[in-house]
Amino acid sequence: MDPSNARIVMDADEIARALRRIAGEVTERNRGAEALCLVGVRRGGVPLAYRLRVLLRELEGRDVPVGTVDINLYRDDLGVSRAAPVVGRSDIHFDLDGRVVLLVDDVLYTGRTVRAAIDALMDYGRPRAVQLCCLIDRGHRELPIAADYVGRVVATARDERVDVVLDSEDSSPDRAEVRSTGASKPGKEAGAL
Amino acid sequence: MTTKHLLDIETLDTQRIVQFLDTAEVFFDVSRRKVRKVPTLRGKTVINLFFEASTRTRTSFEIAGKRLSADVVNVSSSGSSVSKGETLLDTVKNLEAMRPDVLVIRHSSSGAPHFVAKNTASSVINAGDGTHEHPTQALLDAFTIRRAKGSIRDLVVTITGDVTHSRVARSNAHLLTKLGAKVRVCGPRTMMPVGIEQLGVEVFDDFARAAEGADVLMMLRIQRERMGEVLFPTAREYSRQFGLGRRVLSMAKPDAIVMHPGPMNRGVEIDPEVADGPQSVILDQVEAGVAVRMATLYLLAGEAGQSPLS
Repeated sequence: MDPSNARIVMDADEIARALRRIAGEVTERNRGAEALCLVGVRRGGVPLAYRLRVLLRELEGRDVPVGTVDINLYRDDLGVSRAAPVVGRSDIHFDLDGRVVLLVDDVLYTGRTVRAAIDALMDYGRPRAVQLCCLIDRGHRELPIAADYVGRVVATARDERVDVVLDSEDSSPDRAEVRSTGASKPGKEAGAL
Repeated sequence: MTTKHLLDIETLDTQRIVQFLDTAEVFFDVSRRKVRKVPTLRGKTVINLFFEASTRTRTSFEIAGKRLSADVVNVSSSGSSVSKGETLLDTVKNLEAMRPDVLVIRHSSSGAPHFVAKNTASSVINAGDGTHEHPTQALLDAFTIRRAKGSIRDLVVTITGDVTHSRVARSNAHLLTKLGAKVRVCGPRTMMPVGIEQLGVEVFDDFARAAEGADVLMMLRIQRERMGEVLFPTAREYSRQFGLGRRVLSMAKPDAIVMHPGPMNRGVEIDPEVADGPQSVILDQVEAGVAVRMATLYLLAGEAGQSPLS
């Protein structure tokens, strides 16, 4: 992958500020964090969910539970275009009944991942409400789904790919970047629902 | 190698085996949730085609398919056109016309699933063929061992019984040696196939020695219908030499686990005290079976989508 054609759409400071703002919006809308829980969509949403937990603790002085959900068993394209994707574990160790679930993902695109994640949540219980948070909304929705909390709306082409890099192993700074893939190459935008 | 069939362990590479086992971990969780069902194989049809009696394996495949939201149909040889003399190929061609996605086949002839796989567009899973292989049994055994012991590499696994006629032993010997276990096989000389050493296993005819220092004691079912034949004098005689009781169990490592693919002949190849004892993982094997078969159906359905045939 050629890093030179990547354009950074959010740098580390912008990501940190956006998450702080979102945490504030969440507590304002839910009048605190009492019934709240966070569920990160594997894998990009998970580190964001943990960051939001830290911010919510600073604002509200309480720890909200964090779970993770893997959407691969709920995909609508098994066997359509490629080998069965590697399934990961979902880990929701608390009761969802009556809670407000804040579903967290890094990039909102077609909306199919969110649809799958909501279906998965419902198999773990009956939340009072599900709210959606994403760091980047890149457009191109294929389902009637909208986020309740958005870090930044970014205009993209379909053959571009959006990556959110957090806590990278080579300790490069946090960032969200867009790069072109060449339309025929199945990159993240083809693989992502 | 990835294909849309699961016919044997012998031709699977290690990476694919590990993929089956890792994927099964996820499905193991699904079976322990409140809602034990995911929509993954909605709209797919699985036919269980069993030409031999089976309760555990057929039920396990049926539950696995249903927990994935597939439609599962059971066909057994008694009460079907098979008992009216239809050939295997005709049966398969007729079922094929109803457009199933997966055929799960158990047959008394070794190689029957391979034959069917060559003559159908569906995915084929071997649920036990003659004395050849029983791949999902070996996968669920490996899954159970891995959960109990953390890893399979360098474990000593002793498989005891009628090795010649056991497809469970054959599949397990292939799989466990591929994953780096030291496999011992033990049984009367008359029940030990010639050239079994070529699978990379060590052969014993003294059960106590075979059990010494073992991490896993895997017992095979003695087929009572073979009793009275030359190779098998009486149940009591067999039990005295090769039945697993407390004495032989004490030769193995203190934390050794005891396995049996079922159905058990209590008091013949295994003492009830051991079968129901704290070291037994026999019912864990049954639970693992559903998870492993869910993983198999899931991965093969993905592969089938790749193929121009379907």
